[in-house]
Amino acid sequence: MVASAAKHRAVVTLPSDTQIQIQRDFDAPKRLVYKAWTTPELIKRWWSAKRGTVTTADVDLHVGGRWRWVMMTDRGFEVAFHGEYREIVPNERLVYTEVFEGIPNGDEAAALTTMTFAEKNGRTTLTILVDHKLKAHRDMHVNSGMEAGLQDALDLLEQAVSTLA
Amino acid sequence: MARVATTADAFNAVAEPRRREILDVLAGGERPVNDLVELLELAQPQVSKHLRVLRAVGLVASRDEGRQRVYRLNGRPLKEIHDWVKRYERTWNERFDALDDVLTELKREEKRHGRKRR
Repeated sequence: MVASAAKHRAVVTLPSDTQIQIQRDFDAPKRLVYKAWTTPELIKRWWSAKRGTVTTADVDLHVGGRWRWVMMTDRGFEVAFHGEYREIVPNERLVYTEVFEGIPNGDEAAALTTMTFAEKNGRTTLTILVDHKLKAHRDMHVNSGMEAGLQDALDLLEQAVSTLA
Repeated sequence: MARVATTADAFNAVAEPRRREILDVLAGGERPVNDLVELLELAQPQVSKHLRVLRAVGLVASRDEGRQRVYRLNGRPLKEIHDWVKRYERTWNERFDALDDVLTELKREEKRHGRKRR
């Protein structure tokens, strides 16, 4: 058994009015990180983390091809995203549009997301830059995070209540 | 293209690097405008403009001290951003932890089958 190194942490920053950046290191070469991000059977194993089940992981991996990922949360909410691939450099770079289906007229508020896979000594730094057209859309993205947070709070509340029953 | 400082909230206000620098300085304590001009090596009108934006969203407050106006940091709107970022980070951390498990298995498979054959 290999002693596991300290867990890597994601770092989220807001580099400009319209952007959100997520960065994280992985102890794996970039071709594997890329593979895990572009292969439906693999996406289904990680994208929902432990919050639910991935029910759809469609990946039509060519420029102009569509993607759609859907997750059913343990509370019975469906969370869905879709978009279109705009640029594909295998193992290096992915650019795609991204629409959260939980907001009305989501397609008008589509973000353009750029993923960069940078490898050094067998490790990969993944950078996801989400760029919205308008600050208002970025803020909507921010607010959807708030709602998810509220959902967490409700989950906790429910657990707390059920232990009292 | 000039960027207009039509800033409605703290999220936008801290997106501007110079404004972040101002906040960094004020995090160390109250400062009159002149200090900020010197420390940031910016022209006074620019500093004043940034301060106006920061004040409009409640990130800084000011008081008059003699003939000087002294500015201080007000952290509460920043906490809103911080809280959101932390929550968003947590979601991604959970996801990435699950991705780590998948990657560990992929590495193991590669080792078993040899890297060249796919």
